[in-house]
Amino acid sequence: MLNKLYDWVDERLDITPIWRDIADHEVPEHVNPAHHFSAFVYCFGGLTFFITVIQILSGMFLTMYYVPDIENAWQSVYYLQNEVAFGEIVRGMHHWGASLVVVMIFLHTLRVFFTGSYKKPRELNWVVGVMLFGVILGLSFTGYLLPWDMKALFATKVGIEIAASVPVIGETIKILLAGDSTILGAQTLTRFFAIHVFFLPAALLGLLAAHFIMIRRQGISGPL
Amino acid sequence: MHRGKGMKFVGDSRVPGMEFRKPNVPKDYSEYPGKTEAFWPNFLLKEWMIGAVFLIGYLLLTVAHPSPLEGQADPTNTAYIPLPDWYFLFLYQLLKYEFASGPFNVVGAIIMPGLAFGALMLAPFLDRGPERRPSKRPLPTGFMLLAIASIIFLTWESVANHDWEAAEAQGQITEEVEIDTTDPGYEIYSASSCISCHGDNLEGQVGPTLVGTGLSPEEIAEIAVNGIEADGEQTMPPSFEVGVDGTEEDLQVLAEFISGLEAE
Repeated sequence: MLNKLYDWVDERLDITPIWRDIADHEVPEHVNPAHHFSAFVYCFGGLTFFITVIQILSGMFLTMYYVPDIENAWQSVYYLQNEVAFGEIVRGMHHWGASLVVVMIFLHTLRVFFTGSYKKPRELNWVVGVMLFGVILGLSFTGYLLPWDMKALFATKVGIEIAASVPVIGETIKILLAGDSTILGAQTLTRFFAIHVFFLPAALLGLLAAHFIMIRRQGISGPL
Repeated sequence: MHRGKGMKFVGDSRVPGMEFRKPNVPKDYSEYPGKTEAFWPNFLLKEWMIGAVFLIGYLLLTVAHPSPLEGQADPTNTAYIPLPDWYFLFLYQLLKYEFASGPFNVVGAIIMPGLAFGALMLAPFLDRGPERRPSKRPLPTGFMLLAIASIIFLTWESVANHDWEAAEAQGQITEEVEIDTTDPGYEIYSASSCISCHGDNLEGQVGPTLVGTGLSPEEIAEIAVNGIEADGEQTMPPSFEVGVDGTEEDLQVLAEFISGLEAE
């Protein structure tokens, strides 16, 4: 039944090459931990992606309860943490995932760096990877404010002051992020929410697609 | 040699002939000897097992350490010592050094991180030689090791210099309780020196909150008279002197009032 359905679609759209392109490629011995245990360092990128997927999924569930407003943000997180069934687990996964994704992307960056895998012809993929690192750090920074507790507010104050110390455009960046030149409040929270939930994930998905397409086009780098 | 050692691929978007057009590019890995295997489904299954092991560790961490939530943000609090999440600690620590703060703030906040991030991004264009082994390219390896060492050192310094006990105390979720200000206990409280440190609503200011202390009236009376001494240091001064601040009876009323305050 499913086969027939697949054939029916495939006959019309020729979808086989699309997914075959992703599924069909050989994995060389030097990146396969089944052959050389030390090759586990080549898993870091995949694990970063794995946590990113978990972050997206758990984040989607968090927004079912979270209210981006200074009156209710903290209350909604408190409710989610203490009253909602498995709310503590979902928030816990998002919280720890945020730390783990930074750890894994750092390790992945070091692996690529020390194996010299960024060299010609893979320069562009490295640049996209560093941009992904920046986006992930941006997501960490904006997500930290959202529970609207004491540490969130004051850490963000420091962060925004750092952004404001950029020469020439610092003040503009500050107003763009905080929504006001002096107050860090209701506007800041909604802006950080929008950046954390819409702008940066959009950038993240676009860059990830570019990252993966480039890996597919160029193949993985050879053994040292 | 045919790519993929003769494995047949329906879709293959890889750029062909890379090794002929760009002679300094390493050979296609399918030309190396060894046990190449198909990604789908053989290798993906193994990757999935690694993912599963990782996920178990991840879930154990989540269950063992519930994510923290401090008290609701209060912009009027001026005493709060801020602290970013741990992966930004090294940047935060950098800003505490003399050469990177005050008039030189732009050095620590923008120039140094900007140079480091820029160099990271431009690494392939700065390190252009064909060598890939870390030992054959000492400068990039050296700079990266230096960067890692600095990050670890700065993070360590930041953690060591932070007052974690104070941080925990300042972030606590304070219970809001309706205080009965007509209570005779409250009248004694507000007339004594207690109120200057513990606040109008006993919510805590310099001293901690007095709501939900879990102490008996006798213990509270003892603390009010003698203060608190810990590790040879007077953390709370003696505050209630019988005969000056009130009678023995007043002290009893006060202690019972405070002891009776429970968090909702």
